[in-house]
Amino acid sequence: MKKPSGGKWNKYLVAGLFMTGLAVVLGIVGFFWTPYSTTAMSASEKFAAPSLRHIFGTDNFGRDIFSRVMLGLSTTIVIGSLVVLFSASIGILLGALTGYFGGIIDEIVMRITDAVNGFPSILLALVLISILGNGKQNVILALGIVFVPSYVRIVRSEFIRLRDADYIKRARLMGVSRMRILFVHILPNIFSVFWVSVMIGFNNAILAESGMSYLGIGVQPPDASLGKMLSDAQGYLQTAPWYALAPGLTIVWVVLGFSLFSEGIRRTQS
Amino acid sequence: MKNLFFMKRKLFSLLLAALLTMAVLGGCGSDGTGESSGDNSSMESVKDSTEANSEESSGNSAEANSGEPVYGGSVVVGIQQDIDSLDPHKATAAGTKEILFNIFEGLVKPDKNGDLMNAIASDYTVSEDGLVYTFTLREGVKFHNGNAVTAEDVKYSLERASGLLDGTPLISSLSVLTSVDIIDDKTVQVTVGSANTELIYSFVAAIIPAGSGEDASGTPIGTGPFSFVSYTPQVGIVVKKNADYWQEGLPYLDEVNFKIVNSPDTALMEIQGGSIDIYPYLTDSQANELKSSFRILSAPSVNVQALFLNNADPVLGDVRIRQAICYALDKDMVNDFVAGGNATLISSAMLPTLQTYYVDLNDTYGTGANIEKAKELMTEAGYPDGFDLEITVPSNYEFHMQTAEVVAEELKAAGINAVINPVEWNTWLEECYTNRNYQSTICAITSDMTPGYLMNRFQTDSKKNFINFASAEYDETYQKAAAAMDSAEKAEYYKQLQQILNDEAGSAFIQVPPITIAMNPKLAGYVFYPVYVQDMSTVYFVEN
Repeated sequence: MKKPSGGKWNKYLVAGLFMTGLAVVLGIVGFFWTPYSTTAMSASEKFAAPSLRHIFGTDNFGRDIFSRVMLGLSTTIVIGSLVVLFSASIGILLGALTGYFGGIIDEIVMRITDAVNGFPSILLALVLISILGNGKQNVILALGIVFVPSYVRIVRSEFIRLRDADYIKRARLMGVSRMRILFVHILPNIFSVFWVSVMIGFNNAILAESGMSYLGIGVQPPDASLGKMLSDAQGYLQTAPWYALAPGLTIVWVVLGFSLFSEGIRRTQS
Repeated sequence: MKNLFFMKRKLFSLLLAALLTMAVLGGCGSDGTGESSGDNSSMESVKDSTEANSEESSGNSAEANSGEPVYGGSVVVGIQQDIDSLDPHKATAAGTKEILFNIFEGLVKPDKNGDLMNAIASDYTVSEDGLVYTFTLREGVKFHNGNAVTAEDVKYSLERASGLLDGTPLISSLSVLTSVDIIDDKTVQVTVGSANTELIYSFVAAIIPAGSGEDASGTPIGTGPFSFVSYTPQVGIVVKKNADYWQEGLPYLDEVNFKIVNSPDTALMEIQGGSIDIYPYLTDSQANELKSSFRILSAPSVNVQALFLNNADPVLGDVRIRQAICYALDKDMVNDFVAGGNATLISSAMLPTLQTYYVDLNDTYGTGANIEKAKELMTEAGYPDGFDLEITVPSNYEFHMQTAEVVAEELKAAGINAVINPVEWNTWLEECYTNRNYQSTICAITSDMTPGYLMNRFQTDSKKNFINFASAEYDETYQKAAAAMDSAEKAEYYKQLQQILNDEAGSAFIQVPPITIAMNPKLAGYVFYPVYVQDMSTVYFVEN
């Protein structure tokens, strides 16, 4: 009998790759080009039902929903990536230093991350936004700060596990510099674990961004965002259900895709 | 086998997570929609209301009075913003005044036709030179604390509001009062410094018990159909029936709860869920959504919506830029998108319903977009490639938010890069209205029954001149209009004022939006006023 999760490829990975790939491609294309203008309004095409001309239909201003979903995807993916980039870089730096050296710095950083973790993440992001103000950059900054602790913890525990490994001890005896040990000898060895948490983090960032835009404090009109579209569509659930379904299902698609993808990766490694 | 089972479970939980995600993001909405397809009883109410609707459209009454009124019951009215002050003389926000209308009354009060009716005064006379007003007080009018209204209370209230008491007029239009004298128990004589035929409308100012000014904001006591029960900031205000009300048979309801609902989406859900009985600020699309299951009533509002331009802004200080914006604005399109084509387009700050004073200036800039003309003016002013424009919008007003989105798109065609900055209502009041620290804003100013109310705010040093409009000619003409005793002459001055405001493009005026309310089909008797008030005294439950 063949091992179900032994191979390099598994169905999670395939399904995840397909779903994520499609979303990312649409998002990237949406950044440069959309079938229709995402802001041009047309009175004669208000609430057009999905058709060949507008495959997701049009919204209350007669704008093509498919084009806006594409732009929304690109906004979401850009925000998600930057949030992950921001929080993961800080997470690696802090996690590496605290995990490898320990001591008082470790204590302080860990207690701070405990404090940050003590708040529900969306709530904390809301507080930060209310201080920083609305807008894309601030959403990235706020979510970035909120997601730092999870990376710090993972990186730190991996560094603690590896700092006393034989090859690290040898490197130390040979007089390799600390920075080289940290980032050349240890870091590449934690990527398998780190990669999964990046994927999960990306998913969380997308959900958080959609949630915040839905609440009206994230991306501002006329920029498209999936969360904002969902909130705008709320008033038209009965008259134009496609308006809510398009961004809603897109979010499900992206999040599910990334979940499957990260699950697939995890399985190839185990 | 075990592994396979495990895999399935894992996949299932992933799917579950995805569904939950969707439920969290979109779920609140589906709650509300479930209602209309519910059980038999709600089907009945649907039928009921469609009947009521057809009745209403065949008749022409906005009141939609059907069925026998029943006394008692309590309703929840959704309102859009918090109260700025419970002190009737200090409240400035229209959203506050519309509620205080139920608690307080003046010597006279507006009726549903836009005329004045006697309230605390049973009669009044004005001397021929327009300088002396004599009010006779009505018998048997009582404050909510049980005390009868005396001449002393009237004197105190008018002196407090006009600034005769401590030098600071709380209601600026009353600052022309020079003395308030008690002639006898039931007669009060008011002398003014300069005659103004519109002054009588200012005597709607609330009468409060003598000496109660200190507590007015904590425990409001008036003579209105409802008395104050409680106020919780950010939550709402509760009033109960005034059993001693001087108008026989009013009010019908025992209790009214004005509930603050900041988000229009939440409001829609609460109406559909039945936790709000009356919601007076529907957007066109919301009305469409609700019309099968609720009583929808509509009438012209008293709001003048505009893209207000801060005339003190370095870019907008140039009249050519302001005119360019007026040309670039496509009012027809705004009307079509956000008001369902039901709004009245305007080009100056006067309500078309004030027919005597209104002059139609829509031809100056046109109601459609004139991009060439806009670009030409911008080039002349030194901005051939356009400029950045920040539009601050109070985000609790869905109507203004949607308008902003359309306007931003329209201005883009002329090369004006408009950015929308949504802010909380309180922030708007402070930054835009009080500190005038903004570039442009989309909101509405609310009129009362007098033509002067909308026009006086554009005088250069008016406290309410939040657009920093500065025109010596305007100030001069306004003084003439206020002083004119002959109504034809007065109307002529008001028309000139509108012309100046329009020529100078003080702001880009857009429309007078319709007011659309949704009401629980079990309720009737809602009366529209040509002023911004929510009169709950005539609302009643229908016998079924």
